[in-house]
Amino acid sequence: MLFFIETVISGLLAGVMYSLVALGFVLIFKASGVFNFAQGVLALFAALTLVGFLNGTTPFTHIDNPAFAMPAWMAIPLTILVMVLIAILVEKFILRHLVNQEQIILFMSMVGLAYVLEGAGDIIWGSDVKVIDLGLPQGAWDWLLDTHGIYVEKIEMVAAGVAGALVVVLAIFFQKTRIGRALRAVADDHQAALSVGISLRTIWIIVWSVAGVVALVTGVMWGAKSGIQFSLSLIALKALPVLILGGFESIPGAIVGGLIIGVGEKLAEVYGGEVIVAMFGRWFEIDPGIFTATENWFAYVLALVFLLFRPQGLFGEKIIERV
Amino acid sequence: MFYRESGQFKTGYAADQAIFPILQDRWSMLVILVVGFVGVPLIIDDYWANAVFIPFLAYALAALGLNILTGYCGQLSLGTGGFLAVGAYSSYKLMTAFPGMDMILVLLGAGAVTAMVGLLFGLPSLRIKGFYLAVATLAAQFFLIWLFYKVPWFYNYNATGQISVPPREALGFLVTTQKADVVVRYLFILSVVTVFAIAAKNMVRGRIGRSWMAIRDMDIAAELIGIRPFSTKLSAFAVSSFFIGVAGALIFSVWLGAAESGETFGILESFLVLFMIIVGGLGSILGSFLGAGFIVLMPIGLKNVLVDWFGMTAVFAKHVEITLFGVLIIFFLIVEPHGLARLWQIIKEKLRLWPFPH
Repeated sequence: MLFFIETVISGLLAGVMYSLVALGFVLIFKASGVFNFAQGVLALFAALTLVGFLNGTTPFTHIDNPAFAMPAWMAIPLTILVMVLIAILVEKFILRHLVNQEQIILFMSMVGLAYVLEGAGDIIWGSDVKVIDLGLPQGAWDWLLDTHGIYVEKIEMVAAGVAGALVVVLAIFFQKTRIGRALRAVADDHQAALSVGISLRTIWIIVWSVAGVVALVTGVMWGAKSGIQFSLSLIALKALPVLILGGFESIPGAIVGGLIIGVGEKLAEVYGGEVIVAMFGRWFEIDPGIFTATENWFAYVLALVFLLFRPQGLFGEKIIERV
Repeated sequence: MFYRESGQFKTGYAADQAIFPILQDRWSMLVILVVGFVGVPLIIDDYWANAVFIPFLAYALAALGLNILTGYCGQLSLGTGGFLAVGAYSSYKLMTAFPGMDMILVLLGAGAVTAMVGLLFGLPSLRIKGFYLAVATLAAQFFLIWLFYKVPWFYNYNATGQISVPPREALGFLVTTQKADVVVRYLFILSVVTVFAIAAKNMVRGRIGRSWMAIRDMDIAAELIGIRPFSTKLSAFAVSSFFIGVAGALIFSVWLGAAESGETFGILESFLVLFMIIVGGLGSILGSFLGAGFIVLMPIGLKNVLVDWFGMTAVFAKHVEITLFGVLIIFFLIVEPHGLARLWQIIKEKLRLWPFPH
C-alpha cells in the first residue's frame, strides 16, 4: 500500500511538470488560435539563455567568462527580457503575416519556428549538456521519508508549489486585470475584439511573453531535474496528450489533465506488466518485462480513451456545428 | 502564346474526361516521362541515385499518400512515420517468410498490411476532429515505433534489433541490396511511383475522391447530401496508408537497405512528409512531387553551400542548416500558403495570356 501511495504521489508530481508545459500551449491557443508546437523548444531556449547569463557565456563562442557571470536576480529578468523580445519578433515576422490562415498553416509555421529556435539555441549557446544551479533543493524530502517512509524528491515539491503559484497568478491576471479581459475578448472573437478597439498585436505580444515566462519556469524545473539539453524540447510531446485530455482552451483542464496523465503513466509503468499478464496470461505466453518503456505512447492512448467519450476534452468548450 | 487551349476541340466524352485535356500538357507529361525513364538512367550514378532520385521518388509516394488523407479528405495526421515503419517491417516479414516472392507482390502485401493498420487507427476520426485527431494519430506513431522495438518477432529475433534487406527480385531483376544495379533500382522505384501516381490522380477525379473532398470542405453538409462519413473517412485512411506502406517498404528495401524503427521512422519523419505536402500544395498530386523534391533537395543544397562555399565545419553547418530550414519553411508559408502547386497554377494562367497582359 505504501508503495502504491508513493507511486501515486510521484505520478502527481510528474503530472504537475506536464501541466506546466501544457499551460504555455493553452495560453497561446486561447488568445490566438495557434497551436504552439514550439513551446518545448521555447522552454529549452529560455533555459539555455538563463544558464548562459548565469555562467557569463559569450554568445556564439560558447566560452564561459566568469567575469561576466551574473547573479540570479539579474539573470532572470534579463532572460525574461529576451523572451519578450522573441515574442515581439514572432509577432512581427510570423503571426502578423499569417492572420486568417488555416490552422494547419499556423501549426506548420510553429513547427518551423521550433526548428529556428533549436538551431539558434545551438549556434548561440552551444549544444553541450548544461547544469543549472539556482540553489533549488535536491534529493529526497527527509521529513516524509523518516516519518512515513515515502520517497519524494524536493525539487518536485518545489515544482508543484511554483506551478500552483503560477496558476493562481495567471487566473488573477486573466480574470481581474484590464489586459486579462482584453485577452479573453480576443480569445472569444478576433473581429469583435478589434471592433471595440483592442489591438490584436499588443495582445499577441503579451500572450507570447507570458508563454515565454511559463517556458522559462518549465525549462528551469525540467532542466534542474535532467540537465539542459536538446531532449528538453521533447517535453512538448509530453504536453500534447495532456492538452487533448484537458481541452485546448482550458487552464484548469491543463492542470487536471496533467495530473491524470502523470498518475496514469506511473501506474501503468509499475503495474501495467502484471495487469497484462493477469488478463491475457491464460492464453498467451507473455513476458511481464515487455510492457516497459511505455512512457512514449501510454499517455496518448489514455487521452484517446477519454476523447472517445468527450471529443472536446474534459474541460473543452462544447463544439457546436452548423452547416 | 504557346500554352493555350484555343483550337483544341473536344469531340467525344473520352476527350472531355481526359486527365490532361490540353495538348501541351500531354506533350510535357510525355517529355517528363521520357526524361525520367530514358534520360536519367543514362547519366545516373551511385551518388545521385542514393542521395537524390531514389529518396525523392520514395518520399513523393509517401507525400501522395498523406495528401490523400490530409489534403483531399482533410484529416490531419502526424502518424506517417509509424505507417512507413509498418510498411517497412511487413515487407521485411514477407521477404523473409516467403523467399521466392516477387518484390511487386511484397510491396502490395506491405501496402495491404499498412492499410489494415491505418483503418484501425483511423477509427477515432469518426468521433474526433482537427487537432484532437492530429494528436490522436501521434498515438499511432509512438505506439507502432515502440511495438517494432519491443517485440522481437518483427525483426526475426536478431541481436542488433535492426532489419536488413535480403536480395530479392522483381520480374527477374535484382532490385534490393547494394548488389543490385543502380539503374534497375531507380527504374523499379520510378515505375512503382508512376503507377501509383496515375492511380491517385484517377481516384481523386472519381466518385471516391469527390466524396473525400466533400468531407474535407464540410463534413456535416457532406453527410446531409448522402455521403457516409464512416466509409469515406475510413477509405481515405486505408488508401492513404496503402500508399504510405508501399513507400515505407521502398524506403527500407530499395533505398536504405536497413532500418531501425525509432531511428529511421521517428516523429521527425512524420513532420518531414507533412512539410512536403504543405510546401508542395495540399490537395494536389503535382504538389506532392514538387514538395518532396523541395524537401529532399534543400538540405543537400544547403549543406553544399554552407560547407563548400562558406567553409563552415560540419557540426556548425548542421545547426545553421536547421535554422535556415525553419526560416525557409516559415517564409514559404507566408509567401504562398497554398504551396508550389499554386505557383504552377499562377504560371499557367500567366502563360495563357502571354505576351499580352490582359
